[in-house]
Formats: sequence, structure tokens, C-alpha cells
Amino acid sequence: MKPLIVLLIVSLMGLSFTEKKGYDVGDTATDFKLKNTNGKMVSLADYPNAKGFIIIFDCNTCPVSKAYNSRIIALSKKYTPQNFPVILINPNSPELAKGESFDAMVKHAKEKKYDFPYLYDETQETVRQFGATNTPHVFVLNKTSNGMMVAYIGAIDDNTRNAAKAKNHFVEDAVNSLLAGKEITVTKTKAVGCSVKIKNI
Amino acid sequence: MNFTILNILSRQSYIVVLGSESIFILMKYLLLFLCFTGFFSASAQEVIRLKELQERMASPRQTLVINFWATWCGPCLKEIPYFETLSAKNKNVKVLLVSMDYDLDPNPEKVKKFVARKKIHSTVLILAEDNPSSWIDKIDKDWTGALPATLLINPNGKRKLIQGELHEGDLEKLVNEINQ
Repeated sequence: MKPLIVLLIVSLMGLSFTEKKGYDVGDTATDFKLKNTNGKMVSLADYPNAKGFIIIFDCNTCPVSKAYNSRIIALSKKYTPQNFPVILINPNSPELAKGESFDAMVKHAKEKKYDFPYLYDETQETVRQFGATNTPHVFVLNKTSNGMMVAYIGAIDDNTRNAAKAKNHFVEDAVNSLLAGKEITVTKTKAVGCSVKIKNI
Repeated sequence: MNFTILNILSRQSYIVVLGSESIFILMKYLLLFLCFTGFFSASAQEVIRLKELQERMASPRQTLVINFWATWCGPCLKEIPYFETLSAKNKNVKVLLVSMDYDLDPNPEKVKKFVARKKIHSTVLILAEDNPSSWIDKIDKDWTGALPATLLINPNGKRKLIQGELHEGDLEKLVNEINQ
């Protein structure tokens, strides 16, 4: 009996020390309130008609982000009118990553003519909550009666250098499935990308 | 008779002379060839497929220290000198610098020029595979795909994955830890 109790205590201790590494598919995402490049604060609650969201952790300088820039703009053009808006969040600490300051974000958004939010995660609380690890890292959220459910996590598609040669359009497929009321076939993918620069880790 | 012998001897010596000359020319071409193939350059850079990397990872004779990097990744370039120091100082460790540049640029020239310019001595492998989502888990299930990432595998098959930038002294500690 004694060893069993010890084992139970040890395993409970193990559980309490296991750090939660962000959202998994099926989790409910909590809302955030972050500053947009136009100076206004943005929350998911600001979109009462949204059927869901395409949240992308992205930045100014990462070459992979740059490669996907026009594809992100295209996603917004296609899905914002269908009540599936794109929201970009810059998770990098400007102290650790050059060219990622709020001012640099404002400049970047202007240059790229972003007509969707590009938010500054100053405290890095939101990136820790989501568990985004690289840029660009997508979280597709689906509005359900139980809140914003995480429906897809991963890459935009399977070809970084050439959009025309991509065979799998992961995000489009996920959102199309949600809009059609169908199950998403691929819910999690990975991509080679720039690591998110988080302070104190 | 004497004349004939002398004649033969001189002919032979002529052949010998000719022989050493041709060997000299051959050596000269071999040297040129070796220079062109990069034999004397800092490191060999091989373009490989995933299967070859997996074979190297399967049963290492020494502790493998595999660093996943790219020429476009700032933090990766900062930590490369630590891998160079490790591979120069610790002969029981095999360092593999696996470039992920193919994802953005399939031409290996950029990596090769970088390796030559920085005089990198560690083995550099350029992984040429499309669709990273299909193979990142095959390298390590915990790897997110973010760069840099470092994977240590010892001859007993013990593994340790570090995601993010390493600092001075980290590698030596990690090698000691995995072999304890």
C-alpha cells in the first residue's frame, strides 16, 4: 500500500510541475485584448458576427513570414467577407528580436497595406496562452456554443517557397470544412520557421 | 654488346624519367581536381534526403549532436561557433549541422558559400525534402519545426532535444548529461 501512495504522490507532483504548453485542437480559446498598429485595442469580442477566426502569429523580419505575406493577405480577402476574419499577432519580444518593435510593426502594416489587425503582444501573455512556437503559426478558431474552439493548429500550406506549388492548403481546407459544417481532415501540421522570441525562458 | 646494353639502359632510364614526369603531371591534375572538389576546403557539404539522415541517426557510434539551422536564421548563426568548438575539442562527439535552407531556396550554393566563407569545419548536411509537416515528426515528435533546434543522440539511443538558441558552455553540459 505504502509504495502505491508514494507513487500516487510522485505522479501528482509530476502533474503539477508539467507546464501546459498552449492550446491543443479541441481546447477553448480565451479572448485577448491587444493593441493594433492603428493604436486601437482589439478583442475577439469585437466581432459578434464572426463564425470563427484565423489567428496567425507572425512578425516583420522572419524570412518564412515574408514568404507567406501575400498568402496571408489573400486569406483575409477570401475569408473576412465570409465572417472568418484574419488576425495577426506579433509574439516576439523586441528586446530579443531586432526589427520587431511596435513602431516597426506600424511601418510593416502600412507598407503591406494590411486591412486586418496586426496586434502587439507586449506582455507575451497571448503567445504563451496559445503556445505558438514559430512564425507564421496559425490557429483556426471555430465559434461554438461552448466558446471559441481551437479547430486547427499549424502551417498555412505545405510549400514555403512557392505558393503555386503547394499541394495541401491546410488553413483553407480547415476553414472551408468549418464553413461547410464538415469535419476537418488535417487538424495539426508543422512547418520549418523562425522561433518565437520569448523573454525569461 | 656494350653499346646495346648502354642503349637498353638509357632507354630504360628514359622510361623511368618519362614515368616520373607523367606521375608528376598526374599528381598536378589530382591536386587541381581535389581543389575543385573542395577536398581542401573547410568542410564537406552534402545534399541529403531524410532517409540518409535517419540512417545516420539510427545507431551512432559516437554521441551525435545534430543542429538544425538555416543561413537566414539569426540565432542559428550566433550558436554555430559553439558547435565548431565542441567538434574540435571533443573527439567522442560527432557534430552534424543540418541546413534547412532548402525550404526557402532549393539551390545549395548559398549554404556552400556560407560554409566556405565562415570556414566551418563540422560536417554540414543540406536536407532536401519538401512538405516539412510530413517529416518533422520523423526527426523528433517534440520538435515544433522552429529554428534553431539541437538533437543529441548517444550510442545507447538516449535522446535530448533542445529547442531555441544555445549559449556558451550549454553543449558541453548537454553532452555530459546525456552520457551520464
